[in-house]
Amino acid sequence: MNTRARVIVAISALMLVLTFFLPIWSISLQAPQYPEGLGLHIYINEVTGAKPHNLDSINELNHYIGMKAITPESIPELKIMPYIIVFLILFGLLGAVTGKKKLVEAWIVMFIVLAIAGLVDFYMWEYHYGHNLSADAPIKIPGMSYQPPLIGSEKLLNITATSLPFIGSFVIFISIAMSAFSLLLKPKEKIKD
Amino acid sequence: MEKVKRKKIIIALAGLMTGALLYIGCQETKEVAGTGDAPQKVYVAPGTYDEFYAFMSGGFSGQLSVYGLPSGRLFKVIPVFSQNPETGYGYSEETKAMLQTSYGFVPWGDAHHPELSQTDGVPDGRWIFINENNTPRIARIDLKDFETAEIIEIPNSAGNHGSPFTTENSEYVVASTRFSVPIPEKDVPIASYKNDFKGTISFVKVDPKNGNMNVAFQILVPGYDYDLASAGKGPSHDWAFFTCYNSEEAHTLLEINASRKDKDFIAAVNWKLAEKYAAEGKGKTVKTLYYDNFVDPKTGIAHSDKRTEVKVLDPKDCPGMIYYLPTPKSPHGVNVDPSGEYIVAGGKLSTVIPVHSFSKMLSAIKNKQFDTTIDGIPVLKYDAVLAGEVKNPGLGPLHTEFDGKGYAYTTSFISSEVVKWQLGTWKVVDRHPTYYSPGHLMIPGGDSKKPFGKYLVALNKITKDRYLPTGPELCQSAQLFDISGDKMKLLLDFPTIGEPHYAQAIPASILMKNFEKIYRIEDNANPDAIKKEMDAKVVRKGNDVHVYMTTIRSHFAPDNIEGIKVGDNVYFHVTNLEQDWDTPHGFAIKGAENTELLIMPGQTRTILWKPLTAGVYPFYCSDFCSALHQEMQGYVRVSDKNSNVKISYGTGK
Repeated sequence: MNTRARVIVAISALMLVLTFFLPIWSISLQAPQYPEGLGLHIYINEVTGAKPHNLDSINELNHYIGMKAITPESIPELKIMPYIIVFLILFGLLGAVTGKKKLVEAWIVMFIVLAIAGLVDFYMWEYHYGHNLSADAPIKIPGMSYQPPLIGSEKLLNITATSLPFIGSFVIFISIAMSAFSLLLKPKEKIKD
Repeated sequence: MEKVKRKKIIIALAGLMTGALLYIGCQETKEVAGTGDAPQKVYVAPGTYDEFYAFMSGGFSGQLSVYGLPSGRLFKVIPVFSQNPETGYGYSEETKAMLQTSYGFVPWGDAHHPELSQTDGVPDGRWIFINENNTPRIARIDLKDFETAEIIEIPNSAGNHGSPFTTENSEYVVASTRFSVPIPEKDVPIASYKNDFKGTISFVKVDPKNGNMNVAFQILVPGYDYDLASAGKGPSHDWAFFTCYNSEEAHTLLEINASRKDKDFIAAVNWKLAEKYAAEGKGKTVKTLYYDNFVDPKTGIAHSDKRTEVKVLDPKDCPGMIYYLPTPKSPHGVNVDPSGEYIVAGGKLSTVIPVHSFSKMLSAIKNKQFDTTIDGIPVLKYDAVLAGEVKNPGLGPLHTEFDGKGYAYTTSFISSEVVKWQLGTWKVVDRHPTYYSPGHLMIPGGDSKKPFGKYLVALNKITKDRYLPTGPELCQSAQLFDISGDKMKLLLDFPTIGEPHYAQAIPASILMKNFEKIYRIEDNANPDAIKKEMDAKVVRKGNDVHVYMTTIRSHFAPDNIEGIKVGDNVYFHVTNLEQDWDTPHGFAIKGAENTELLIMPGQTRTILWKPLTAGVYPFYCSDFCSALHQEMQGYVRVSDKNSNVKISYGTGK
């Protein structure tokens, strides 16, 4: 790989650092009583309210339908994901340093597989929360589950839940796109160096 | 034939009368309803906001009400000087210290004049102050949460009416005695009035950082009735002006005996100089007792601080500090115009509105144009200080506000109207009836350096036929005028709580910048607060039982309590764990002899309950909080004094 390609791979690996600070997913809830909005931001290592105390408010609402409280400290993914991201950054940098195309290709494949795995896991997580409802729930509607959509909007009782990738995901997407682009750069440019 | 003719005449007459009635009817409608576009001007569509917050004194209710303008919608009644069992204010352990005074616990007050804090002569939206007339006090309300944050008692005072008007940067709010009394108080014959009775003019320092108030100094003045006040601005920044009546020093049948003289006074006080004299130790430190009650912002608990000394300045020892401006006739209001040059008096029994000139006053002082001196206070010559007189201002002129465009508006109580006149020419340019008998009037920022203008609110004492009657006791009212044009246009009238003496208004945008939606539970430092449901507990200490309780939709923790005994003092310390906007919970228990509690998100409030008989007492949330609000309830089991039921408690067990 030529220098320019290697620099691009290095940048796309390093920019993943941003995912530690930017939410990768956002779930926003709209209901008549919440004109000011209510939402969750999901980070690789944290789930927080979109605004202060929103997480408490959402848990508060969810307890009526018997949904488990969302407590970030009890979600194992939030503990594992930072390591995965660090691993991806280091692996990407290794590819950039060595300039081995195979290594970079492996990195991209691994990256995409992990991203898809992440989405699947997220879907499962949502499914788990939306379906495993307490038998003691005050509000029980036969046949009703409360899984928010993976991407898109859905009306769950009085609440419209909208789930969308957020800034952190765009970073991941750009990182993958940039590193894929680096593979397309022709090695002959190397001669110029 | 005869019959037909007569019939025709009757029909014609009937027609004429109907026409005349219709005509009169239409005239009346036009007169009463204001102009055609009034509905659009006051219509604030559902879900949209008013342009101004208006704060109207609750008068004898002791409270302060918050309205929107131009809609006239009532948003909140802020408890200030009176206990309010609706929220527990003045009853709960956290708030009852607010109503402590040197006379003991006073559950009621007479609130007259709200006054917004100012920066550079313009309302800044930090605080609003309001005076209490009966047991002399000044309250400070924090406009972040619209709650009373401090109440300070004014020592050596009675009838704290001329209060709490602010200086240009809220360096001070003032307080003057409407009722002169022996100072210090002592047992003397009332007929010794002229010898023993005195008035005081107090300056209450406001800490610019946290708003804390402190009686900095008092000026001892002759025993007249000091009525209202207005601080200077711009060139008159260093001065404050106080009207007084009863310079006759009558102590009985004042309506006759205090109305004899042609002129009473406006006292002009150079507070900058007074401040200097006080700092130089010119004043006497006088033993007294007064309370300063303030809410600790960290714990939300009100504390009483007893003060035992006050600095009193005697005009005899302080030359140049105070002058009297002769003013006809039993003047009521005094208002300094936005430029700071004109001092307008409402000579309530006078046929003119006298306007004094600040610059003429300064030169009269310089040239020693004095009539006489009373107790060390030089009386300036009327003609030497007068800028002009407004002729034909209506009967019983009381109060004046300004639109910032060169016009003044004065209420005339007896002729029941608002009169618009021009500063400088002193010509009346417009007048409009009010319904009926206005006291104060208010233009947003109309007492400041830069009035916001646009509207005028007349505060009427009498409503009679204006609303659906409610028996002998009727509401008082506010009447909204559009003053953006040359002529005043009546837009709306709406009922008010108690008696709306005075009011203040401020653009909503200023207050909406920093209002609070909740109290952060993390910041709740009330020692009786519990931050988590699992920390809920019941602790017995002798005859006192402390219940540390939480609320969150839709349950209490604990909601079953046993082991309480007849004769116990049960303290319910209720913390509302909610952190969402507009989620208060209530706490009400059967037979409570004091109050319920209304607890805002993140707040802790405590109520003392003394069960008198054994049995099971339900308690519940009294503010419809959620879909399962009706389920938000619990029980306390109360056993006989000698029973051996142990303390036990829980939720969902």
